[in-house]
Amino acid sequence: MTDTSLPAAANATSAAKIRSGAPANPLALIRRALVYLLLSIAAFVSVFPFFWMIVGATNKSADIIRGKNGFGTELFNNAATFFTQVDALRVFWNSAFIAVVGTALTLVISSLAGYGFEMFRSRVRERLFALLLLLLSIPFAALMVPLFVMFSQAKLVNTYTAVILPTVASIFIIFYFRQATKAFPSELRDAAKIDGLKEWQIFFFVYMPVMRSTYAAATIIIFMANWNNYLWPLIVLQTAENKTITLIVSALTSAYTPDYGMTLFATVLATLPTLIIFFLLQRRFVEGMLGAVK
Amino acid sequence: MAQARLDRREQLTGWAFIAPALILLGLFMIYPIIWSLWMSFQVGKGMNLSFGGLANIERLTKDPVFLRALGNTFTFFIIQVPIMIVLALLFAVALNDSTLRFRGLFRTAIFLPCVTSLIAYSTIFKSMFATDGIINQGLMALHIIGSPIAWFSDPFWAKVVIILAITWRWTGYNMIFYLAALQNVDRSIYEAARIDGVPAWARFTHITIPMLKPVILFTTVISTIGTLQLFDEVYNFTAGTGGPSDSTLTLSLYIYNLTFKFMPSFGYSATVSWVIVVLVGILSFLQFLVARDRRRP
Repeated sequence: MTDTSLPAAANATSAAKIRSGAPANPLALIRRALVYLLLSIAAFVSVFPFFWMIVGATNKSADIIRGKNGFGTELFNNAATFFTQVDALRVFWNSAFIAVVGTALTLVISSLAGYGFEMFRSRVRERLFALLLLLLSIPFAALMVPLFVMFSQAKLVNTYTAVILPTVASIFIIFYFRQATKAFPSELRDAAKIDGLKEWQIFFFVYMPVMRSTYAAATIIIFMANWNNYLWPLIVLQTAENKTITLIVSALTSAYTPDYGMTLFATVLATLPTLIIFFLLQRRFVEGMLGAVK
Repeated sequence: MAQARLDRREQLTGWAFIAPALILLGLFMIYPIIWSLWMSFQVGKGMNLSFGGLANIERLTKDPVFLRALGNTFTFFIIQVPIMIVLALLFAVALNDSTLRFRGLFRTAIFLPCVTSLIAYSTIFKSMFATDGIINQGLMALHIIGSPIAWFSDPFWAKVVIILAITWRWTGYNMIFYLAALQNVDRSIYEAARIDGVPAWARFTHITIPMLKPVILFTTVISTIGTLQLFDEVYNFTAGTGGPSDSTLTLSLYIYNLTFKFMPSFGYSATVSWVIVVLVGILSFLQFLVARDRRRP
């Protein structure tokens, strides 16, 4: 960059113009317009399938695969078909039980470990932690066969326990809590010790309340993962009365000629809980994801 | 904590805090990994296993279905991951501009696909890509295609739908990581570059990309692991067949079929799963290598 002094000056003034709100040069305007166009297309493509899902839930299957793009009058028929074919109460109970109990257990066990790794450092435990991070790259496909054999030998196939137990100690969440614990003020722990609190009391009565926004973000991540989990539940939940909503939607879609109106109605129901949580806790969610990467 | 050494009591407390997680991980992760490694040397059907040495690896090289699945998985990886990473970077850079209007709206919209389950969104896509469906109608109305594409019965287009679907689901997810990292980049660097007359494209390649290198590496590795394990979408699109004629069969789906659909051959499916482990290892290593080389110009 030696011979650019002239254009540099020109650019600098145009940049100053943009910032001061004065009319900019045409090139900058075109670039701006392109950015808006790109983002608008991206936003449209991202949101359209949601719109399509809701529209689809109000239409007949035949109209959906013919591409009818407008609200229909079949919502109640689709709902009726769904509720007669699927024991919805049971299915949602299965999903909710697995997601809620799984999330609660994961939060406690993984945050205990994250806190333990950060607060009580020793050479052995540091090595162990490095080993755990290495294990993060092991794909689930490598575990599922032995896991299935283990659970069938323990006669636990087709139980909630089999779905929940392997997900409870999550390396990713342990790592997440360890990173977050670095921001936990150690004076609080010292003060609590002077007050005579035991280590477990410090964890439950000082650490947990102070770190509640970390817990909130982790809750969303874990809840979504549990609610949407597919492959492992598909393997271990074998009878209809134990299946989750995710498995049911998949079964409805895989039918030889799927009833799309009813299936998209089921999809709306399956997506609603995570969508609501997302909009309620959007800020926390993004913060949580950001926290996980730092 | 430049700490005084932990005393005995604190040592024990430290172990107590991590013990529940360690026991569970040992039981449901480390033990199965070792078991599956051992199993990959076993041959036989069902639980009648006997030691077969390298027989399974030999079988891999002669198994056309495995080679097909390996090729498909690799195709998805090679095409999908770069497209998604580039798109996510572009969106993140565009959204990082504080003078942009509707930033929050754009960000939420592009991120929204992440809240759907893999099953929910593949159901939606399956209905949109029906032969007489909305996508074909839209493309025909725009005169991009003349006659409807049979998305799911054509081996090439079936792959295209899967790539489009995964890109739709995960681009916003990756974008969030880049947005986070961009917030840590010192704005005065850009300001200085702009005043020196560095054009936007050069600012992107010479400032943004090097600054984001660690995060790009992280997301690339995560996406590699995810794509090599591709299962839910394909299973849902093709009712578990990986069709038409195995053109969308992935390694994970093949493992599932070997174990739970056909007469189970646990040994051989364990071998196929170790192929994924080895591939993830090699690809992550290569990605680290590429990232390191560029840092020293």
